[in-house]
Amino acid sequence: MRKSLARSVCVAALATVLGSASAMANDELQKMSGDPSQWVMPLGNYSSQRFSELKQINTRTAKNLHPVWTFSTGVLRGHEGGPLVIGDTMYISTPFPNTVFALDLNNNGRILWKYEPKQDPNVIPVMCCDTVNRGVAYGDGMIFLHQADTTLVALDAKTGKVVWSVKDGDPIGKGETGTSAPLVVKDKVLVGISGGEFGIMGRMTAYNIKDGSKAWTAYSSGPDNMIMFDPNKTTELGKPVGANSSLATWQGDQWKNGGGGTWGWISYDPKLNLVYYGSGNPGTWNPTQRPGDNKWSMTIFARDPDTGMAKWVYQMTPHDQWDYDGVNEMILADTEVHGKMTHALVHFDRNGFAYVLDRATGKLLQANKYDPAVNWASKIDLATGRPVLVDKYGPGVQGADHNTKGVCPAALGSKDEQPSTYSPITHVFYVPTNHVCMDYEPFKVSYTAGQPFVGATLSMYPPPGQSNLGNFIAYDVNQGRILWSDPETFSVWSGALSTAGGVVAYGTLDGYLKVVDAKSGHLLYKFKTPSGIIGNVNTFTHDGKQYLAVLSGVGGWAGIGMAAGLTEDTAGLGAVGAYKQLSNYTQLGGVLTVFGLSN
Amino acid sequence: MIAMPRSLILLGCAATLIGAGAWLAPPSRAAEEPKPYTVKDGNKVDEATYKGYLYYGDLCMRCHGPDGLGSSYAPNLTDSLKTMTKQQVEETIINGRKNVNSANDKVMPAFGFNQDAVDNIDNIYAYLKARSDGALGRGHPEHLNQ
Ligand code: HEC
Repeated sequence: MRKSLARSVCVAALATVLGSASAMANDELQKMSGDPSQWVMPLGNYSSQRFSELKQINTRTAKNLHPVWTFSTGVLRGHEGGPLVIGDTMYISTPFPNTVFALDLNNNGRILWKYEPKQDPNVIPVMCCDTVNRGVAYGDGMIFLHQADTTLVALDAKTGKVVWSVKDGDPIGKGETGTSAPLVVKDKVLVGISGGEFGIMGRMTAYNIKDGSKAWTAYSSGPDNMIMFDPNKTTELGKPVGANSSLATWQGDQWKNGGGGTWGWISYDPKLNLVYYGSGNPGTWNPTQRPGDNKWSMTIFARDPDTGMAKWVYQMTPHDQWDYDGVNEMILADTEVHGKMTHALVHFDRNGFAYVLDRATGKLLQANKYDPAVNWASKIDLATGRPVLVDKYGPGVQGADHNTKGVCPAALGSKDEQPSTYSPITHVFYVPTNHVCMDYEPFKVSYTAGQPFVGATLSMYPPPGQSNLGNFIAYDVNQGRILWSDPETFSVWSGALSTAGGVVAYGTLDGYLKVVDAKSGHLLYKFKTPSGIIGNVNTFTHDGKQYLAVLSGVGGWAGIGMAAGLTEDTAGLGAVGAYKQLSNYTQLGGVLTVFGLSN
Repeated sequence: MIAMPRSLILLGCAATLIGAGAWLAPPSRAAEEPKPYTVKDGNKVDEATYKGYLYYGDLCMRCHGPDGLGSSYAPNLTDSLKTMTKQQVEETIINGRKNVNSANDKVMPAFGFNQDAVDNIDNIYAYLKARSDGALGRGHPEHLNQ
């Protein structure tokens, strides 16, 4: 009774806020994302290209950039994600406690409103690696925040008042948490879930934008009705997956702690009416404890956003032995692949391979290493889609209680969640990468709800004989190769931006915002912000002038793995400069920095 | 490090502990405790210390960073164990820690209900103590008997 009353109050409030709630949010959003003066979704547009048509800041003028205003978020933890710009207002969200600020661009970032949810602090320790949040979404006059405690809340974009709010998961009981940015598609808000280190059941859920009621939930593992597969119509590499495609790849009930978190990014193709996202690591990190392919962990999903049904899937890392989550961004690009114009989905996976698929059919077209250090597989067999494994780098092959040495990349991947950018002008992908290897020892663990379900320990270090822990690379999918590579002292953990001005921007863990020439990678401008950057760069205009904006605030997994510097290569081989400590370069603190050109 | 008379170090240590209102083992006992670990050749360790390394990686590393050295989120335990007693470390593992106020959102979970943590509490302590004493270096240790 009380519940239904609350719901009708919410709906009434919503109706007054929206006036006409009938307009499809994605028509509006799609139009808005074509206007380069705004930045309306975390990855720029539905294709997740993080590209802007703006060109005041270009290869000639970039050297005149300088910070024009800054804003402290008042929060110390790692600041992933980045600002949205809707009209004259900028929106940012912080790590736990997940404060949302609406900043007035007409008034040097004065605070228009601030929303700070009340959350149980016991959520903090069930978050995997720091208390990050990857940004808010906009649609139908509302800002959508995915809180650490998995609450999805709709705020009136003008006032910050709560329009509706819904709890998506169970943080304390099951270790389910919220870190990812939602995506508004048509009349729905899509949201994933984190908790791969707690044996959760990963899933994507769609809520109706009108009132927050649930439209569908599609799990990563389980029976066909739970994963929303049609055994005859859902395909992998062109063939129907058949009945029980997930259950058949798990022993007994293990799929119930199957992991497959969906904490990365979501893309959308309005013409094909398909949303794309990836799933994370299966169950425990000890592969010997969960025989089978563990489907559909480590998988790219293409689903109908109206019904949730899967059109096609592709599992990149069957029976994961390394924690190579498949959640990184899916970039949709119409570009040449091997000389042929292709409606491609391009995905730089944690496992070190750059996958190129036909996004309509899920056909695998190309899968090449984008870091030469990658050694766990020699290649991906394009016919079967399976990696050709190198046994000595397989912790599951070597067995539990054995230390498998020298595996590249490390569990944090050749790249983690930090989104890449694609320029439709140069047809090149610009990718922030990690250049780190590991020793990995799996061992037996027991599952207790709400407790970590890891079962492996690892040590990380730079590839033998090398000292840089990251590279910022330009990658060409037509030829499937790296065009240029800028070495960085630390992993590049910031989302990149490319523009029609021929420049690419990204941040570094030691705190620099860098702008480079898209053609050569040549450095045009850099500025040291107050803290390490794990946030994503965006661009917009205000009063006709172009700006860049980025959050700094070191933390996240990068802050945990690197604060003390990495371990010396255990084989004792060439650990050049392995004791570089990030904590000697930068300290905590969330700050937004906005850059402009001098007149 | 500047050499200090032993009694002075102990006094300083006791003062911080009283300040924190923590339960106090006589500080001298911590210093005289038999070593809970065996380390040979810099990285060969006994079974307890080896298991401690594994379960540290399983349960603690995601916050306290590799090799106990701390992170942007949680303190460097190789420092902490220089002044904490075994009992204080174990109480922290069992009960967790909360430091939530306007400046901080730091919470360490209580591991009292985590069977792996409870079973390995002595092992984790042995590993961290070996790291803190400087007896064991960074990275993956080897088994003594292999
Ligand atoms: C979810 C993150 C998290 C995990 C997991 C975690 N800790 Fe902590 N731990 C913390 C934080 C944060 C503090 C500091 C709290 C504060 O500011 O008082 C802390 C404090 C401590 C302290 C006290 C240090 C001091 O100097 O006062 C000890 C000892 C400790 N942890 C041991 C462990 C051990 C052993 C494990 C694994 C069994 C572990 N922790 C797992 C976050 C964590």
